[in-house]
Amino acid sequence: MQYSFLNLVRQGLSGHQDWPAQWRSPEPKTAYDVVVVGAGGHGLATAYYLAKEHGITNVAVLEKGWLGGGNTGRNTTIIRSNYLWEESEAIYEHALRLWETLSRELNYNVMYSPRGVMMLAHNVHDVQVFKRHVHANRLAGIDNEWLSPEEAKAFCPPLNISRQLRYPVLGGALQRRGGVARHDAVAWGYARGADRLGVDIIQNCEVTGIRRDINGAVEGVETTRGTIKAKKVGVVAAGHTSVLMAMASLRMPIESFPLQALVSEPIKPVLPCVVMSNSIHAYISQSDKGELVIGAGTDVYTSYSQTGGLHITTHTLEAIAELFPTFRRLRMMRNWGGIVDVTPDRSPIIGTTPVPGLFVNCGWGTGGFKATPGSGHVFAATIARGEPHPIAAPFSLERFVTGRLIDEAAAAAVAH
Amino acid sequence: MSAGAFRTATGGRIDRTHTLRFTFDGRPLQGCAGDTLASALLANGRHLVGRSFKYHRPRGIVTSGSEEPNALVTVVRDGGRTTPNLRATQVELYDGLTAISQNRWPSLTRDLGAINDKLSLMFPAGFYYKTFMGPRFLPENWAWTKVFEPAIRRAAGLGRAPTSADPDRYASRYAHCDVLVAGAGPAGLAAALAAAEAGARVIVADEQSEMGGSLLSASRGAINGVPTAQCAADALAQLAGHARVRLLPRTTVFGYFAQNMAGLAERISDHDPSPDPEGPRERLWQVRARHVVIATGAIERPLVFSNNDRPGIMLAGAALTYLNRYGVTPGQRAVIAGSHDGIYAAALDLAGVGVEVAAVLDTRADPQSAAMAAALDAGLPIRTGTCIVGSRGHLRVSEIMIGAPMADGSIRDAGRIPCDCLLMSGGWTPSVHLFSQSRGKLRFDAAAGVFLPGVSAQSETSAGACGGASGLAAVIESGAAAGRTAAQACGFGLGRARAYRVEGILEATEATGHVNAPRLPQGMAKAFVDFQNDVTSRDLELAAREGFRSIEHIKRYTTTGMATDQGKTSNMNALALVSGTLNTTVPDVGLTTFRQPYTPVTFGTLAGMARGDLFDPIRRTSIDGWAQGKGAAFEDVGTWKRAWYFPRAKEDMHAAVARECRTVRAAVGVFDASTLGKIEVVGPDAAEFLERMYVNAFKALKPGRCRYGILLNEAGFVIDDGVIARLAQDRFHVTTTTGGAASVLNMMEDYLQTEWPDLQVWLTSTTEQWAVIAVQGPRARDVIAPLVDGADVGGEALPHMSVCEAKVAGVPARLFRVSFTGELGFEINVPVGAGRSVWEAVAARVEDAGGCAYGTEAMHVLRAEKGYIIVGQETDGTVIPEDLGLGWAIGKSKADFVGRRSLVRPDMIRTDRKQLVGLLTRGRDVLLDDGAQVTSVAAPAKGTAALGHVTSSYHSSVLGKSIALALVRGGRGLMGQRLHVPMPKGAVEVEVVSPVFYDPKGEKLNG
Ligand SMILES: Cc1cc2nc3c(=O)[nH]c(=O)nc-3n(C[C@H](O)[C@H](O)[C@H](O)COP(=O)(O)OP(=O)(O)OC[C@H]3O[C@@H](n4cnc5c(N)ncnc54)[C@H](O)[C@@H]3O)c2cc1C
Repeated sequence: MQYSFLNLVRQGLSGHQDWPAQWRSPEPKTAYDVVVVGAGGHGLATAYYLAKEHGITNVAVLEKGWLGGGNTGRNTTIIRSNYLWEESEAIYEHALRLWETLSRELNYNVMYSPRGVMMLAHNVHDVQVFKRHVHANRLAGIDNEWLSPEEAKAFCPPLNISRQLRYPVLGGALQRRGGVARHDAVAWGYARGADRLGVDIIQNCEVTGIRRDINGAVEGVETTRGTIKAKKVGVVAAGHTSVLMAMASLRMPIESFPLQALVSEPIKPVLPCVVMSNSIHAYISQSDKGELVIGAGTDVYTSYSQTGGLHITTHTLEAIAELFPTFRRLRMMRNWGGIVDVTPDRSPIIGTTPVPGLFVNCGWGTGGFKATPGSGHVFAATIARGEPHPIAAPFSLERFVTGRLIDEAAAAAVAH
Repeated sequence: MSAGAFRTATGGRIDRTHTLRFTFDGRPLQGCAGDTLASALLANGRHLVGRSFKYHRPRGIVTSGSEEPNALVTVVRDGGRTTPNLRATQVELYDGLTAISQNRWPSLTRDLGAINDKLSLMFPAGFYYKTFMGPRFLPENWAWTKVFEPAIRRAAGLGRAPTSADPDRYASRYAHCDVLVAGAGPAGLAAALAAAEAGARVIVADEQSEMGGSLLSASRGAINGVPTAQCAADALAQLAGHARVRLLPRTTVFGYFAQNMAGLAERISDHDPSPDPEGPRERLWQVRARHVVIATGAIERPLVFSNNDRPGIMLAGAALTYLNRYGVTPGQRAVIAGSHDGIYAAALDLAGVGVEVAAVLDTRADPQSAAMAAALDAGLPIRTGTCIVGSRGHLRVSEIMIGAPMADGSIRDAGRIPCDCLLMSGGWTPSVHLFSQSRGKLRFDAAAGVFLPGVSAQSETSAGACGGASGLAAVIESGAAAGRTAAQACGFGLGRARAYRVEGILEATEATGHVNAPRLPQGMAKAFVDFQNDVTSRDLELAAREGFRSIEHIKRYTTTGMATDQGKTSNMNALALVSGTLNTTVPDVGLTTFRQPYTPVTFGTLAGMARGDLFDPIRRTSIDGWAQGKGAAFEDVGTWKRAWYFPRAKEDMHAAVARECRTVRAAVGVFDASTLGKIEVVGPDAAEFLERMYVNAFKALKPGRCRYGILLNEAGFVIDDGVIARLAQDRFHVTTTTGGAASVLNMMEDYLQTEWPDLQVWLTSTTEQWAVIAVQGPRARDVIAPLVDGADVGGEALPHMSVCEAKVAGVPARLFRVSFTGELGFEINVPVGAGRSVWEAVAARVEDAGGCAYGTEAMHVLRAEKGYIIVGQETDGTVIPEDLGLGWAIGKSKADFVGRRSLVRPDMIRTDRKQLVGLLTRGRDVLLDDGAQVTSVAAPAKGTAALGHVTSSYHSSVLGKSIALALVRGGRGLMGQRLHVPMPKGAVEVEVVSPVFYDPKGEKLNG
């Protein structure tokens, strides 16, 4: 049944008895054309576009827990495309354009809300770096504008721009088309969309091995629910990618760190936009429900434990309370963590691998939610054609051999 | 007078002689000392205190503790001290307290938002995912962002954030103890006593203002002959007698972290009508305990039935607490309903103070217990095999409908009972939150229908009700045993166990109760599971129907358990309903992860004292005071404050910097370089070590000489640079960038300890030990020569890039002959204590020589004129030495160094990499923007790839034009060519030139 206002009214009158399951819970078949490992946003989007754009519908998405339960369902959902390097601009802008029409595309309201993302500068170096972004983005046709402290305050009234701050706000770079979306809806919308096109989404099914034939090519995966054959396997497992790729004897240039976020109790609207401060580690927006959604910097130690240290939480709230002194009496309601997959150049890896038939999409680290539609789109094309989509090509695993890195972090220490 | 019509004549722990005035929604009311806001409101007969989140349903007080879902209020205080979303059940009453209700307009009794309740058929769980995508004739997303989302936002949210900054202070403490006891009810107190008596250092924390937990609302029985209600005071008195025990009331153990670290939030002054403005409002404790005793009790569950949310409907246990602890009755005519024996004690106590008990309803067909027998003896109207199917009443319950469950699952109408309050109990859920946070594994107790602590992950013990003990005797016993176990785990002897004899309690034989959740027939009204978020049983069924199976999905889809109480009263009911709907077991549906904090923690408490100047330590050099005295402007560089420029009368920044630059070039300048990172690298293998870390050759460097060192990361990119001096065969003085001081030392230690533990090298940070005074300019030698004792500063003895030890202005110094300006230059390193005096001596001579002090901005301009790079400005993590024209620095014959292998990767040896060049604009005064892009055409099409970007751009007053450095693709091959820098108002044409604008031959350096 289509989701629409009309159907909501109709169903309302009959007690909502007839809404069908948003996706089936099928038993795994013995073989598929493509197996996608990991039902996060990226994996589900990959399956959706494989079916939608490439007509490959005999696809399974295998998920060890519940779909969307990884970083997709844990992130602070900041979406923007004002990255520095042309390769990054291309993929994040590709994603942003898809965001703009995603709700109708999926017939699922993903609540993409372009409320503006403002990144604060606190020292001369920040100012230089952000201005460099503004110039680079202008050349690429991506909106990004420089705001004075007063303009930043006008855009975000609770912001403290006092010169007395330890690290005063010297200005900010604003992308108006940037914003947030509802993370669960993205996972669910892609899941429902893929399911409707015939994709099997199999939850509680952990991949425990990757099977290869005598030539070394992929022929399937071992799972907690049996062996599943496929000539093409796409691994989209975020923080656990290294573990999976090791099953095919591939060592990934990835470190996994806990990354924490938290929300406040809900309050009436006070914060109209997204504010990011990379130099003092604070990322904040307000959800439709009224909670302040706050992101931290990564924990310092590598780990697979989804709870981080308290000192990271306190450090983040120190920054929030300084930037927004009127929020100091508000309260942290829930705190959690995810495991982010960090590459040496802080850019993702999308593409083929030395193992024939094995594809990988990972390394999104602290900032891959925003890329979900674009990443799934180009990864699906890569799997379908067996060679990298042009937008994905620069993000090859190869680049760590050639040295052609795409380093966003060193240029700006940008996290999300 | 005993404030409030619903106050009992005697009994409870409040002080009836001490009346407190307060207002609720502007209405003046009175309470007693010892009241919470909730008990005081109830004493005045006020049950209606709030409106629910989504449907704006009128809501009353349901609980007496921190699990309260409904009674959220804003407590108004002056000047930024207003706090929203406080639970009335936790707000301690004080004289003059002003509270207002939330999420209603225009008033609590007449709330227009209640229209949502009427339209609720349109608002089932997750409705927003299914609509608001159109209308089709409007652009995508337009109506959502312009109409629907703003409307949803306005409707959502509970209280309002304060509008002015919070003036209060927050404190922070770290503590260690042997045993941390979370919760000071009977189990916690017994545990604390046992541990303390065994000799352990104990911290006891309890979220309430008074410690004692359920003992404080006990109405009957005795322990060792002492009336139960008095036992808490006795135990506390004994604990207070132990010097090694710390009691923390009003303190919530909100988080249980790795390695037995607990986070505690202590509320210090909110209950005080006029708190000391200098004192803290709250305090964060970070406690590292050798063993933790979790004694957090259990939380009562509501019953799920149609319209189970009307004001006047509260938990039976809460009603008992209000009665026995606060002397407040919930109404005049009560119905008590539940599925376990606890309801009889409540009924007896209420009847005992004259409340009319209209009915006691037990859903069980044939309960047998002493408690029930006692109630029968007292003549209370008991009906077994009866459940509640609905309620009536506008702003307060006035009547309940009852039914009899039939064998076929249907419910037969059994009439209605008028009442003004309904006290319900669906059983008790052990508070396993902290146990679960400790990463311990829960197990499902199918008989009791609850989750209990299973296998521990850390050194902890759950005691009392949260560990599954039921009945006061068992609770105390498990507490005492836990205390002894804890002490033993910390290495103390077992000691003598205390004996506890409990008598006269109405022991419940079955206290956990089964979850009562009848399936509702079609068309019946809403039965709430999560009160605050307005999640009904039907929402849960809808989620199940729509294919959501995992409780995590159902939680997210329906928002059950996601309100400010985080599902404390609702989670088990939701699980039971869902497992019933899906025809599976509760463990199959799973349990959502318990996350910290247990209850919300104030941001300010977590931020603590890190505000204002304490946000991050401010580092100032020993010369800083002098610069302040001269009126310098400062800039933040990392944690340092650095003198930026020294404006003289009427000078702006531009004029000051221009003068400073000219003065250095023409005469001499003095510059505070103390913030540079400094590392003393010592040991027989020091040269070998540096040779492996840096690209340069150091083994060949002679003592007394310096070398410009470049440090790469493993990927081959430049990450730091600095002058490195060899003081002796086995001793180097390494300098780093200001920002790199800590990270370079870390990196060195990392390599030394993990890669080359065989090298005999010791590293010491000396950044803060040396003050560094740079004297630069043609007259630099004249200035310092008379001050130097014990060294020849002539060009022969002390050539460029050399170092010697001498006395400067009478102070032992390391004297470097180096230059970051391109002029003849010295850097005087003296112990930081003498920094200011030596600086003053030098500065005085500089002044006499027609020179001046200069700041970081002039330093930047001077080095840019020479094409010297600044790491972080000319580099951005993608730049190798060759790109910067620094390939010469690489020791060609070296076996290895960090990053070497990466430098031969295909992309690194490309000839069209971005290379450092100079750019000159046509107009001499046109200043390029830092970070502006460089292209080959003047009007690039959208999406044109840039050739590079401007890394530094300054006006050079010495050269009389603006200059810029840039990284440009294949730049060294483009000398003399014209390129473009597109700006919003059109492109600026530039000429590619050498990055060395001033004294290209370097003659000035070597004077
Ligand atoms: C706290 C936090 C805040 C963040 N904030 C932002 C932000 O503001 N903006 C932004 O753009 N990004 C943000 N991110 C990053 C973003 O969440 C991720 O980059 C993105 O969601 C990754 O999506 P994914 O689908 O690749 O991974 P995931 O959603 O993690 O999906 C991977 C899936 O693989 C499954 N899996 C793993 N191993 C196996 C196996 N062996 N077998 C089967 N399945 C397996 C996992 O269970 C998981 O469901 C944040 C991340 C975190 C943790």
